Amino acid sequence: MKRTVWKCCLLFAMVHAVPLHAQQPSAAPSSQRTPYATQAPNLTNEKLAQLDQRVTAAQSSADNAWMLVSAALVLMMTGPGLALFYGGLVRRKNTLAIMMQSFMLMAVITVMWALVGYSLCFGGNGPVIGGFEHAFLRGVGTEPNADYAGTIPQMTFMVYQLMFAIITPALITGATAERMKFSGTVLFMILWFLVVYAPLAHMVWGKGGLLNASLGGRFPTLDFAGGTVVHISSGVSAFVCALYLGKRTGFPKQPMPPHSLVLSFIGACLLWVGWFGFNAGSALASSPLATSAFVATHFAAAAAALSWSVAEWIKNGRASALGAISGAVAGLVAITPAAGFVAPMPALIIGLVAGACCYWMVTRVKAIFGYDDALDAFGVHGAGGTIGALLTGVFATQVINPIFGAGKAVGGSDGHWGQVGNQLVGVLIAWGFALVGTLVLLKVVDLITGLRVTEDQEIEGLDITQHGEEAYNLES
Amino acid sequence: MMKLEAIIQPSRFESVKDALREVGIEGMTVTEVRGHGRQKGHTEVYRGREYTVDLLPKLKLEMVLPDKLVNTVVDTILKTAKTGKIGDGKIFLSRVEEAIRIRNEERGESAL
Repeated sequence: MKRTVWKCCLLFAMVHAVPLHAQQPSAAPSSQRTPYATQAPNLTNEKLAQLDQRVTAAQSSADNAWMLVSAALVLMMTGPGLALFYGGLVRRKNTLAIMMQSFMLMAVITVMWALVGYSLCFGGNGPVIGGFEHAFLRGVGTEPNADYAGTIPQMTFMVYQLMFAIITPALITGATAERMKFSGTVLFMILWFLVVYAPLAHMVWGKGGLLNASLGGRFPTLDFAGGTVVHISSGVSAFVCALYLGKRTGFPKQPMPPHSLVLSFIGACLLWVGWFGFNAGSALASSPLATSAFVATHFAAAAAALSWSVAEWIKNGRASALGAISGAVAGLVAITPAAGFVAPMPALIIGLVAGACCYWMVTRVKAIFGYDDALDAFGVHGAGGTIGALLTGVFATQVINPIFGAGKAVGGSDGHWGQVGNQLVGVLIAWGFALVGTLVLLKVVDLITGLRVTEDQEIEGLDITQHGEEAYNLES
Repeated sequence: MMKLEAIIQPSRFESVKDALREVGIEGMTVTEVRGHGRQKGHTEVYRGREYTVDLLPKLKLEMVLPDKLVNTVVDTILKTAKTGKIGDGKIFLSRVEEAIRIRNEERGESAL
């Protein structure tokens, strides 16, 4: 009741304010103002229509501002965020090579996105993959696309989603680091984007997609910002790449410590900040839901940094900087699917669980099985993404996001435990898709360009052998 | 003429250098080196992987001295480079046949 009164007051005030705005040419000059009682009703209707238009325009401006900032923040996660994070973790002779892979993806995926990528992800309404209706960005203009984001230009939506497509393959380079050819990497990433990323993005987020929770999917999987699409897909593919490529020469006997944790530290902090664009931006509006996702994101990152550090402290008697930043990233990964569905306290729990589990993955599990996931793309993104996707099913609540309709239970904490099953289906499909797709593509690329550099090149370093330059020229 | 090579703790370098200047040493060559004697290294852990770092950073001082200065310099280094812990380094002395100044081909102790 209070709210209605307040709205009426606002409406009244705004109707009165209309003629005072200089930018409104149709408004009557103030000298000709006549009392409302004597005015024709259609004039009032006209003013209400104008008002309606202006309210819509104001919302659109606000949403668009936040979404453009978010798009920029997500791009910042790849360059320089991920580039620095990974760049510091490799040995100095491979610094530029790993940074260049991230940077090249910013260029290559952008072009691919304009040609067919956006259309394959968000065109059409098939269950597995989109169509070609938006190929070459046909029909993607400043008008909103009501299916996805009704208040922002479709072009904003398009460029925002592009940034996700860039960082996802870039995450895989953490597993192939220090031994994969540049040519093979670029070719593999282009194919991987078309064969693995585009279908998964469409299945989870696209209209009619098999796993879409709000636009008629068969198995409604909750994935707010890309737990399955981004992190499971890249993490699991990273695992396959690490197995297929084999270990780095000298691993695990030869020490391969990170060459500059300072770079990694800056990178991780940029990732944390950029993740607000990634998760809160996934509300696709400057809305209360964006706030909710922002808070959940931040809380999970903090909790995971703590739990990883505590685990390390118990195990080694010391908490390391690398541990703390790795934990934060693990928490950010795990909260990604959950961000817009869970309250702050569950976000803390998700973070705590993810930090400890990912610590266990990269220290124990990797050591037991002996695969060389050089920078732990699988241990952090594959494991963190899976944990996050499943816990989303547990903690999602209609109080935060009534995605299935007002008052309808969303996750286990609402009493809808079947959602955990839906999440599991989504996770399994993402795992399967990434495993098979990546394996096939690695075979194909291996035949065309080859995947690994020669042992001599590996020993000399990828910076010199792949790019003809060095990160640190001490003589100059 | 004697050549003196001293491996010292990097943290003691400034004191050693100042003390040597006071006893009249005009030139020296300093190199950053890594190595170890009886001192054990330390362990670093990165994401659960342990690395033993046994080559520790040290500084190597090299100078060629006229015979009469050798004892003074050795004493000075012993006094200023010592922390009393393992890892303080060593001094090596060896005889030098000839010294030649490149600028004017001066030879012997006057070239130092």
